[in-house]
Amino acid sequence: MADEPKEQQPSGVPAGDKPAGSSAPTSTPPAKAPAAAPPAAAPPKPAAPPPPKPPVQLQTPLNNELVGRVRAKFAAALLEAIEDRKQAILTVECGRLAEVAQYLRDEEKFDLLSDLTAVDWPRREKRFDVVLNLYSFAKNERLRVKARAGDGEQVPSVAGVWPTANWLEREAFDMFGIIFAGHPNLTRILLPDEWQGYPLRKDYDIIEQDTSWVKENLGIESGQ
Amino acid sequence: MASNTIAGTGEKQQTLLGADELILNMGPQHPSTHGVLRVKLKLDGERVIGSECLIGYLHRGVEKIAENRTYQQFAPYVDRMDYVAAVSNGLGYCEAVEKLLMVEAPPRARVIRTILTELQRIASHLLWLGTHALDIGALTPLFYCFREREEILKIFEKYCGARLTTHAFRIGGLQYEAHDTLEKDVERFCKAFEPRIKDYEDLLTQNRIWLGRTKGVGILQAADAIALGATGPVLRASGVKWDIRKAMPYAAYDQYKFEIPVGATGDTYDRYMVRMEEMRQSRLICLQAIENIPAGPIMAKVGKVLKPPPGEVYHSIEAPKGELGYYVISDGTVQPYRVRIRPPSFVNLQSFDHMVKGHLVADVVAIIGTLDIVLGEVDR
Repeated sequence: MADEPKEQQPSGVPAGDKPAGSSAPTSTPPAKAPAAAPPAAAPPKPAAPPPPKPPVQLQTPLNNELVGRVRAKFAAALLEAIEDRKQAILTVECGRLAEVAQYLRDEEKFDLLSDLTAVDWPRREKRFDVVLNLYSFAKNERLRVKARAGDGEQVPSVAGVWPTANWLEREAFDMFGIIFAGHPNLTRILLPDEWQGYPLRKDYDIIEQDTSWVKENLGIESGQ
Repeated sequence: MASNTIAGTGEKQQTLLGADELILNMGPQHPSTHGVLRVKLKLDGERVIGSECLIGYLHRGVEKIAENRTYQQFAPYVDRMDYVAAVSNGLGYCEAVEKLLMVEAPPRARVIRTILTELQRIASHLLWLGTHALDIGALTPLFYCFREREEILKIFEKYCGARLTTHAFRIGGLQYEAHDTLEKDVERFCKAFEPRIKDYEDLLTQNRIWLGRTKGVGILQAADAIALGATGPVLRASGVKWDIRKAMPYAAYDQYKFEIPVGATGDTYDRYMVRMEEMRQSRLICLQAIENIPAGPIMAKVGKVLKPPPGEVYHSIEAPKGELGYYVISDGTVQPYRVRIRPPSFVNLQSFDHMVKGHLVADVVAIIGTLDIVLGEVDR
């Protein structure tokens, strides 16, 4: 119970709250300024919501039958099973993601991959979370599966399990630079192929862009 | 016979007359691509043997913008993704953040949200029907569809002052109380709309040209549809009876009776029939909802500054085009740490290659239309 949020906090809050927050405003004064101003200007108002916060434990360990079966099958490869706001989240070892995915689809009937995406936690040792949102028609249930991956680490592709992962993994590669091993065609999908940089990484600034690409292809100094 | 390798797959493809395959570029400015979709077609004569969608022309980095705005500041941005169904986008985002905050919109707000969202579904399907029929060569339905869509946009305008990018809802409920004539306007529209769906059907359903252009075109089997992640009418036309409004009800959908239409073969004609029936069902939901809009507040108690407790939530709704999901992570500050948008159009478009193989170039236009994509949402 107590160690779960801790897992979340050192990875989540220090990464997101302070450093990412402090790195962003330096370069984005217009975006941050109005956001930062209200809480300072109107402290009496938010006084109402905070009180319920501390006592509520939002991330609690999850121990249902599904978790039991996954643990029995994959043992130590299941790193964590928690519940956040009644949504089940499993964290598995990155190297065995495709295996777990295959099992969840075939044995647990999670036949629809709703979404596959990634999250960047730059202060963490393994900075990326690859996040799969699964749905089971048979059980009418959702399940989130996460795998932590370091920069440059190869994540097994699940495109062989759910073909829909093809474009979704390409998007994650495009935006975060995560390499999916075994992907049939891992190229950029939304940005131009020659683009340098991965925009959804936390260290990529909001007004940052590949200026040389913009200059070369659009003939202007800046897209801004 | 000449053989060529399809890029990426290594698959050998044989052309009929031993001619070299022809690469035809379609878009991004082609009118039937409904925006800036670019498709590279590999052709054997008139027949498509492979395709590749090139997207991203409308990429604005919506998810990056979200990380640099407060929760409320980001809300209007979501209207600019699927800009023909802005109300649905707003509903999904507001409900996702409400889940993150662990608040619920009051019953009155939820019913009004349901009414507007269903009207938006009808408007979105009307736009789809008009343009899809136009692409295939039936000019008349477009004018009829825009006439009815205009009535819906007028209701939106009366409600919140905007017609397209409405920003109709707020996190926690609604900003605006329903205008005095909302029930009457919706009722009048619904009464007038029923015979008009019949008019569209008279024009198309038994039309021989329409049948010839849609029957058996772009077949998507149920198993393939699920594997490719297709949702919404595309999935239902393949025979999978799944609608998030029923499976995991949100807003006020659990209070109303409605049917989920499904198709059998998963061809373009089935998708047409499913969407036509969905408009009828949406009309029924609206009629049920206006009968009894509960009194009470329209806004839950949320602070002016939203700081959801750290954690994450995935919430999805049945948008007109399919499953629209929001995966929002909070780090306890006023700005979301990450907002991931699961766009139905983007995922549905992936089925395009599967559906188009073996068809003629003219059918490509029908298949792009039947997927009902909006490039603002595909590219974000």
